[in-house]
Amino acid sequence: MQTVLADREGTPEEAKKLGLLDGEYDLIVEKIGRRPTFTELAMFSGMWSEHCSYKNSILLLKKLYCESDRLLAPPGEENAGALRINDKLAVVFKIESHNHPSAIEPYQGAATGVGGIMRDVFTMGARPIASLNSLRFGMPDSPRNRYLLREVVKGIGDYGNSLGIACSGGEVFFHNSYTKNPLVNAMTVGIAEIKHLASSKASGIGNRVMYVGAKTGRDGIHGASFASKDLSNESAEERSAVQVGDPFMEKLVMEATLECIEKDLVIAIQDMGAAGLLSSSSEMSSSGDVGIDLYLDKVPARETGMVPFEFLLSESQERMLMVVTDENMPKVQEVFEKWELDSAVIGEITDRKKLRVYHEGKIYADLPVHSLTVNSQGAPRYEREVKKVDAPSQSELEISDFTIAVNIKDIKTMTEIVSKTISHPNIASKHAVYEQYDTDIGNLRVIGPGQNAGVYRVPQSKEALSMTVDGNGFYISIDPYSGALHTVAESYRNIVSSGAEPLGITNCLNFANPYKPENYYFFKEAVTGMSDAAREFKLPITGGNVSFYNESEDGPVLPTPTIGMVGLLEKAEDALSANIPPNHEVYICGFFNPALTSSQYLYISKNIKTGPVPEINLQHEIKTARALLKANQSKLISSAADVSSGGILTALLKGIFYSKRMNIQCGFQFASELFSNPQFEYKDNNLDIFFFGESASSYIISVSPKNKDGFLNFMKDNQIPTLHLGDSLEKDNFILNDINLPIDSFYESWLNGLSKYF
Amino acid sequence: MKAGILVFPGSNCDKDLDLVLREVYNFETELLWHTKSFNVNHDIYFLPGGFSYGDYLRSGAMASRSLSVNSLKEAEKKDKKIVGICNGFQILTEARFLPGALIRNKNLKHIARWEALVPMGLFKDKIPEDYSLPVSHSEGNYLADVDLLKELKDNNQIIFKYKNNPNGSKDDIAGIISKNQNVIGLMPHPERAVFSAKDTPLPAASGNSFFDAIFQGL
Repeated sequence: MQTVLADREGTPEEAKKLGLLDGEYDLIVEKIGRRPTFTELAMFSGMWSEHCSYKNSILLLKKLYCESDRLLAPPGEENAGALRINDKLAVVFKIESHNHPSAIEPYQGAATGVGGIMRDVFTMGARPIASLNSLRFGMPDSPRNRYLLREVVKGIGDYGNSLGIACSGGEVFFHNSYTKNPLVNAMTVGIAEIKHLASSKASGIGNRVMYVGAKTGRDGIHGASFASKDLSNESAEERSAVQVGDPFMEKLVMEATLECIEKDLVIAIQDMGAAGLLSSSSEMSSSGDVGIDLYLDKVPARETGMVPFEFLLSESQERMLMVVTDENMPKVQEVFEKWELDSAVIGEITDRKKLRVYHEGKIYADLPVHSLTVNSQGAPRYEREVKKVDAPSQSELEISDFTIAVNIKDIKTMTEIVSKTISHPNIASKHAVYEQYDTDIGNLRVIGPGQNAGVYRVPQSKEALSMTVDGNGFYISIDPYSGALHTVAESYRNIVSSGAEPLGITNCLNFANPYKPENYYFFKEAVTGMSDAAREFKLPITGGNVSFYNESEDGPVLPTPTIGMVGLLEKAEDALSANIPPNHEVYICGFFNPALTSSQYLYISKNIKTGPVPEINLQHEIKTARALLKANQSKLISSAADVSSGGILTALLKGIFYSKRMNIQCGFQFASELFSNPQFEYKDNNLDIFFFGESASSYIISVSPKNKDGFLNFMKDNQIPTLHLGDSLEKDNFILNDINLPIDSFYESWLNGLSKYF
Repeated sequence: MKAGILVFPGSNCDKDLDLVLREVYNFETELLWHTKSFNVNHDIYFLPGGFSYGDYLRSGAMASRSLSVNSLKEAEKKDKKIVGICNGFQILTEARFLPGALIRNKNLKHIARWEALVPMGLFKDKIPEDYSLPVSHSEGNYLADVDLLKELKDNNQIIFKYKNNPNGSKDDIAGIISKNQNVIGLMPHPERAVFSAKDTPLPAASGNSFFDAIFQGL
C-alpha cells in the first residue's frame, strides 16, 4: 500500500540551504525512488551532515587498526568503545569534540560537550569514573582568548563537578591558529559489568520505543549541520544552534538509566546527541535491521507549535531513547518517576525497515532506515583530493644561527632561559585549570591531573586504570605522518610512566575543511600514521570522533588529532608517579636522541616552528616501555616521567616541583662527571639540545640508592641505554657545575606561567 | 553502629561516604531518600556533598525543606550527632541547624584542591596539626556577622580553619559545630582522604582522624 505523505515536497534549492551537497538531492531521489518531503529532506540534511555521516572520513576510518582479544564493541557501531579488563568488568571510553559550539558560546559549548560524552558512556551501561579534556586556544595574552579559556574551563568544571565525575587529567596548548576556533575535546572513562553492557541495536517487532529524560525544545536545531561548516562572523549569530546543558538533569538521567540497565529492563538504548531523536531512532533501527514508527505528538515538549522536523532535529540535552518490551515498560516508568523525570512511549518497532514519522495523525516521513545512516552505507562516502604540503625545514647551518648557546657557567643567561621556558603557558603548571575540576570525587584517585597520566582505581577491585589524552598539532603541522606516530607514542609513554600496561585508543580528529586538498593531505597522512602506530603497539582504536571545518577567515587551526589512551594496572598500589623523591639517583632512560627543530623551546625562545620532527622508532618505544614496566613491577624505580615538550630539563624540574606541591623539600645536583665525560656529545655550543631538545623513547627515572645496581644491571640486560643525570637533594638547591640556580624562582615561574591569566 | 545518609536528587558524595562508613568503620548504613520521613533509629546522620536539587535557588535551600530534613529535626531534638559535609553543610545552614551562611567563593570560581587546615575546639587535640583535606566547592565562603563570630569563638564552635583561606571565609572558617556539640558542618571532604593517593599533600590518609574523633563516644 502506498503511504500518503502529508508534507509538501522539498526542493533541490532547499536541500542546498540545508547544507546538502550538489548531487546529494538526486542521490536521495535515487535511494527512495521519489522526491523527498520537506521533513524528509531536513532529516537527510541532518543524517548526511559531516557530523553524523562522517562522509569525508569514513573510508579512511574503516581502515584504522582495531584488533584486540579484549574488544567488546566493534568501533563505530556502539555509543563508545569497550574493552575487557578482567572476567567481569569492561572499560568503556570515548572522546568527542565540541569545538564549534565552544567557539560561539564557550561556557555552554564546553559544558554540553562534557554532557554528551558522559551520555555516550553511561548509555553503554557503564558508570563514568573519570573524565579528561584536551583544549586548544590562541595565546592567552589576548582578552578574547582569555575569555574563551576561562569560560570553557568553567563550563567543563561546572558540568562535570555537578554530575559528580572526577576529572583525571587532560592537556591545554596555546597557539594563535586556534584564536577564532578553539578546540574542546572531552573524554570519559567508565566501568561496566560485561554482562550488563548495553547495545544500541533495536530489536523485537512490537517492542516499545521510549523517550526518557529532559523535555524537547527548539534548541540546537541543526547543530549537526552547524558543526559541518567553517566558522565565520555569521556564526556568532547562530547561537541558537548551541545547546544549553543542565548537569542536574543529566545526573538524574544517568542514575535512572544505569538503574534500568542494571535491572535488565532495556533491549536497546542510545542517547540523543547530534541530530537528536532523528539520529538515535534511525541509527538504532538501522543497526538492528528493523523499522520504527514514531509519534511525535507523544514527545514531551517544553515549547508549543513545534513542527515535525524540529522535533526530529532538536538537540535538547539530557535525553535518551530506549527500546523496551511491553512487559518492562511500567518498570522503566517507575524508575524514571522515582528520579522525577519524564518518560513516554513515542513509538514502536516494526518489521518494515522504515522510519515512519507521524504527527497529529498524519505521516510526514517514511524513509528506509538504511538510507539515512552511515554504517548501513546509506549516507554517501567520499574520499577527497589530496595535495602534499612540504614540511618547513631549515638547514643545519641556519639552526646553529638561531640556537642559543647555553653556557652553563653563565648563571644569568641560564636562569633567564629556564624561567622563560617553564613559565610559557604551554609548559607551565596547569593547576589553575584543573583546580576548578573535582578530582577526588568517587574515592578512586591514585594519581590526579597534572602528571603523566591520571590513575583511578577500578571500583570494587584491586586494579586501576591509567588514562591520558595527548595531541601534538605542532608536530603534525610539520610532518603529519611522523607527527601522528609521535602523538600515539607520547600517549603510550604517558601510560607506561604511570606503571600501567596500555590497552587501547580512542581518537578525536580535529582538522580544517576537507574539501581543500591541502587540509585533506594532513588528515589522510595523520590518520594513516595513527593507525600504523596503533598496529605496531598492538593497541586497538576503539572509536572516536571527527571534527572538520576547524578554521576561520584567518586560516586553518594546526591539524590536531587527539589521542585518548587507557591502560591497566593489576595492582593500584603499583602506580608510578612523576614526583622525584629526595635522595634519589636520576637517570635518562631509553633511546635519548634530542632535536631542537620543532621543539617548544625553539618556538618559545625564537618563535620558530620548523622541521624535521625528532626521529622516532616505535620498536625502541616498545622495548623501553617493556623494560620500564618490568623494572617497576620489581620495585626498582621510584618515579617516571616521559620526556616531551621542554625536554629533559623541564621533565626533571617538574618531577621536583610535584614533590614540592606535596610539601616535600626537594632539590637536585647534576652529576659532576656528566659534562666532563668525553663520551658526552653535547658541548657548550649545543647544550640547549641536551637540556631542551625533544626526544622519543626516553624517560626521566628516579632510583633509590639501594636499587641502583639492580636497576642498572636490569637495563643493561635489556639493552636500554641509561645516563646518570644527577641526584635529588633534600634541600631546595639546583646545582649545576657548582653553581646553585634559583629553584624557588623557577618554581614560582612554573606555577604562575598560566595561572596569571585566570 | 548505624548511620543514616540523607540522599537528595543531585547528591553525589553519598556513595563515597557510604563506602567509608561500611568498609573502614564497619557501620551499618541506610540511604534515606528525600521524599520520605524516617524513623530516628540511627546513631549518627550524615548529609553528603553534591548539588542537591541542582543547587537551584541557592545551594542547600530546597533540600532544607525536604521531608527527610524534617525528620532530621526530630533527630536533633533527640541529641543525635549530625554531620554535614560540603553541600551537607550548606543544607544545615539553610535549615538553621547551624548559624551563618555559605556564599559564593570570593574568586567566583569552583575550587577543588587539598587545603591545609588548623583543627580547633573539640578537634584541637584529636587531629594532628599537620592536617589537610580536599575541598571542592563553589559556595564555601562562610559568612558570619560580628556578633555571630564572637559567639562562635566564645563557645569554641569553630572546629577547622584554613591555613591559606581559599574562598574568602570569615575568619578562615572551614567548619563549625553547634553550641551543644551535636551538629557539625564542614566544607572539606574527610571521606575523600581515607584511601591513599600518590600525589596528594602529606601526610596521606588524614581523613581517618576526623572520623575517629567524631565516632569517639558514639
